[in-house]
Amino acid sequence: MELLYAMTTGVLTACGLYLTLRGRTFPVVVGLTLLSYAVNLFLFSMGGLTTDGPAIVSEGSNYADPLPQALVLTAIVIGFAMTAFVVILAMRARSEVGNDHVDGNKEDRE
Amino acid sequence: MTLLWIALLPLLGVLVPTLTAGRGRRYCSLATAVLPAVALVMTLLNVPALLDGEQLRFSASWMPELALDLAFRLDGLSLLFNLLILGIGLLIILYAHYYLAKDEPFGRFYAFLMLFMASMVGISMSDNLILLWLFWELTSLSSFLLIGFWSHQSDARKGARMALTVTGAGGLALLAGLLLLGDMAGSFNMGDVLASGEVIVADPRYPLMLGLVLLGAFTKSAQFPFHFWLPHAMAAPTPVSAYLHSATMVKAGIFLMARLHPAIAGSELWSVVVSLVGIVTMLYGAWFALMKTDLKGILAFSTVSHLGLITVLLGIGSPMAILAALFHILNHATFKAALFMSAGIIDHETGTRELKQLGGLKKAMPVTALLTTLAAAAMAGVPLFNGFLSKEMFFTESLATPVLGGLSWLLPALAALGGILSVAYSLRLVHAVFFKPAREAPPKAPHEPPHLMRLPVEILVVLCVVVGLFPAFMATGLLELASQAVIGSPLDFHLAIWHGVNLPLMMSLLAFVAGIALYWRHGDVRRFTQQFVGVDARRVFERILVAIGYRAEQLVARLEGNSLQRYVGWLWLGALVMGGVGLVQITDLTGAAGNQAIDGILILGAGMLMFGGVATAATHRYRLISLLMLSVVGLFVALTFARFSAPDLALTQLSVEVVTMILLMLALFFLPQKTPRESSPLRNVRDLLLAGSLGLVVASLNYAVMTRETLSISNFFIENSKPGGGGYNVVNVILVDFRGFDTLGEITVLALAGLAIFKLLNRLRLFIPHSDGEGRVWSPDRHPAILTSIAMTILPLALLVSAFIFLRGHNQPGGGFIAGLITAVALILIYMARGVAWAQERLDFPFQPVAVIGVAIATLTGLGSWLFGHPFLTSAFGYFKLPLIGTFELATALLFDLGVYLAVVGATLMILANLGKVTTAHRPVTEATEKDANATAASSSPQEPR
Repeated sequence: MELLYAMTTGVLTACGLYLTLRGRTFPVVVGLTLLSYAVNLFLFSMGGLTTDGPAIVSEGSNYADPLPQALVLTAIVIGFAMTAFVVILAMRARSEVGNDHVDGNKEDRE
Repeated sequence: MTLLWIALLPLLGVLVPTLTAGRGRRYCSLATAVLPAVALVMTLLNVPALLDGEQLRFSASWMPELALDLAFRLDGLSLLFNLLILGIGLLIILYAHYYLAKDEPFGRFYAFLMLFMASMVGISMSDNLILLWLFWELTSLSSFLLIGFWSHQSDARKGARMALTVTGAGGLALLAGLLLLGDMAGSFNMGDVLASGEVIVADPRYPLMLGLVLLGAFTKSAQFPFHFWLPHAMAAPTPVSAYLHSATMVKAGIFLMARLHPAIAGSELWSVVVSLVGIVTMLYGAWFALMKTDLKGILAFSTVSHLGLITVLLGIGSPMAILAALFHILNHATFKAALFMSAGIIDHETGTRELKQLGGLKKAMPVTALLTTLAAAAMAGVPLFNGFLSKEMFFTESLATPVLGGLSWLLPALAALGGILSVAYSLRLVHAVFFKPAREAPPKAPHEPPHLMRLPVEILVVLCVVVGLFPAFMATGLLELASQAVIGSPLDFHLAIWHGVNLPLMMSLLAFVAGIALYWRHGDVRRFTQQFVGVDARRVFERILVAIGYRAEQLVARLEGNSLQRYVGWLWLGALVMGGVGLVQITDLTGAAGNQAIDGILILGAGMLMFGGVATAATHRYRLISLLMLSVVGLFVALTFARFSAPDLALTQLSVEVVTMILLMLALFFLPQKTPRESSPLRNVRDLLLAGSLGLVVASLNYAVMTRETLSISNFFIENSKPGGGGYNVVNVILVDFRGFDTLGEITVLALAGLAIFKLLNRLRLFIPHSDGEGRVWSPDRHPAILTSIAMTILPLALLVSAFIFLRGHNQPGGGFIAGLITAVALILIYMARGVAWAQERLDFPFQPVAVIGVAIATLTGLGSWLFGHPFLTSAFGYFKLPLIGTFELATALLFDLGVYLAVVGATLMILANLGKVTTAHRPVTEATEKDANATAASSSPQEPR
């Protein structure tokens, strides 16, 4: 189970990273979002993978680690705020510069 | 307490001229003089206590973490400097009153002057190393303002900049030196530092510390080779030169050496370095004073020379040498300030400072001529003037010291040479200006200045003469106190004019005879030196600055290629290296805990996640498809959270996913639908390799962590969630209670992002496409009936659900975040179904305040716990019984969560509704015209961008 989970994280990370290296804004934003999924999964797994043990106090004693969950919850919302900001910035850049290259300048790109 | 006021009054005095400048100059000058005068009187009132041997200290804790205390002391050395700073400062105010032209902003000038005075008094009285440094930097800044006061002149600007660069760089070195010094002494308190001289000198870091501190002192006191800024600072108005460059600022370095003398001077290194630098400075300055043709230039270089002389004495360091140094500080301040002010008077009344345009002024300005001659005599060291006494003492000490070992005989020889030059340039100054017939006429017909403008000069010259005639009576008391402060024990000395015929007297005589001869032949000397091409210090300085700037630009250009792709590549490469290094050090990737069992659903989920990820990357050129694939990943991430016992996360991820997709789709509408193929195959392979390897590293790392037993602090949260936070849902209790501060920061970021987006969308010019990438026009059916009716039906239901989720959040999965997102999604659905115009009509309130109020509620809830004497964000809860409903719980955490809820709703809608508004702003559609719009849209009229 852990192996499968780690492979998933790795694949998502690799895909996200590849997209952040593209030259146009939209794929980079998509890549960042993908990367944040991977990072959230990674962080979440730091407390170990628990089945059927939500961290809600009751008679049972098998609780998932609540701390990474709280941190990831925060990370999800912040990630949304950042994605929103970056994508609007990309729109603004396109309207100011006239193209959607990440460097804002077609001539300078490699 | 009076000590604090002595230091504070000049600082308060900065406000006086700015407040009274409107009332005319006379009023303003008088008002400005009041506070320093009071400070001077207060200083003098402390003298009896000082004579009784009292330790005058004031100390208040300021920033104890930085070892910075607001600590002041008044000992003999501070007394000497306070008298100079405040006394001469008052004379300067009077002088500047007449010196500045009518239309010049005198209020500003006085304010700068007072700021400078305050910082000098601060240096003189600081009882804490860091505080001393603080005032030290303040003198650099205020002197920059003063030197550059005539900011319309390029000379003044450049001179000010140079002074600031040199003294500012020295100040940084000094800070490092003082920090080392404090560390070595184990305290930043001046008294403790001065008492631990032996420990400091024995410390292995002593040479480094000494170098840094001396760098600070030498730059400030214009010692060779940092002297070059002083002559260029002469572009300042003359009152500034008279004040800063005779009595105060340049003496700050000397003061520092004297102040720290007991702590750092007890080594051979000190004696050799300080006395050598001093002697070179003395001769260099004296030589150029003889060569200069500008009146203030002569004075500037002679100041450099005299500062060198004092430095030599401090380097020699014997008790009598210290006494001579302190005495010369006093004497030099009086005669040099007088000379500067005379030079200013001459400049003011003739319009020039060039020697060749001056001459024969004794007829037009007899009193000024007399005063200048007397002051110059003091500078040359003529008997019966104060300068003679300290110069004799200097000669005596130079003969007595063994500082340079076998070469110690050099010192008196060079001292005598300095004396010769000093006589020659003093003579030249007086003779060329007042007695020699003029070669060219000055720009203005010279006449005597207003009497009160001359008054400061008269006072100072009288002091020169009286001290010269009755040294024992005038100066002994002050010098006893001052020397005791530096040496640490009372010094038995007797100041007298006549010591009998001895070697120092012979040296003085030699200096006079040879000096007069040198001036007699100085035309030949000048002709001889003119063969050499002079080096303009300012040119060199500026060339160095330009070269540094150029190098920096080159370096930046090499590092930064203006390509985000390259930066990101380097970033990931760095991450790869660091992560890889960490992994290599692990011996066994699989830890002790091992793997849990796999089932079919897990394989399916993982497969879908990987497929979604790869498909997102593979189809990235077709952006809409790529986005759809991304949403697959998002959904399965939510399911993953649900599978692994994180219901809160699953709910949050699901609602965020919806909002993110709507947002990205809206944004995609304004961006190109496809990405051109532009990456070279090589680049693609490179990127794939980089991303792939980093993915492998992340996967290995993840696997390594998961298969190991983890030590978590979470048991604390699980155990205390109910008794401490009053909730069963530990995740929610962590968010709103244990780690509430993080959450507060987070919703603040969210609200800020919303505000930033709001500003980014302001006046945005957009490319509105009239069709999608394939050339198909947008659907004319803009508000589909099914969507509209479903959205309308869902809204109340969704609001109900969000209220439910919000209220149960403390005990069951849910809470402010999720409830906020559900509300936002429901509202956005209405916007999408009915259009912004329709929705706005009915939901007529701005979302910015909602977000801000949310953050405010959360903050105030946190602050509320202060009212009950608890730390920030302490929560309280209790159980209440209501008839019919039963027992329920109320916690302040609920109020905090309400803040979170509002912030999330406000920020999300601020982002999406504003973006949505942009799409429709160009084609406002009302209910009445909607049908027409639909009809014309069918005939595919392209919507032009505005």
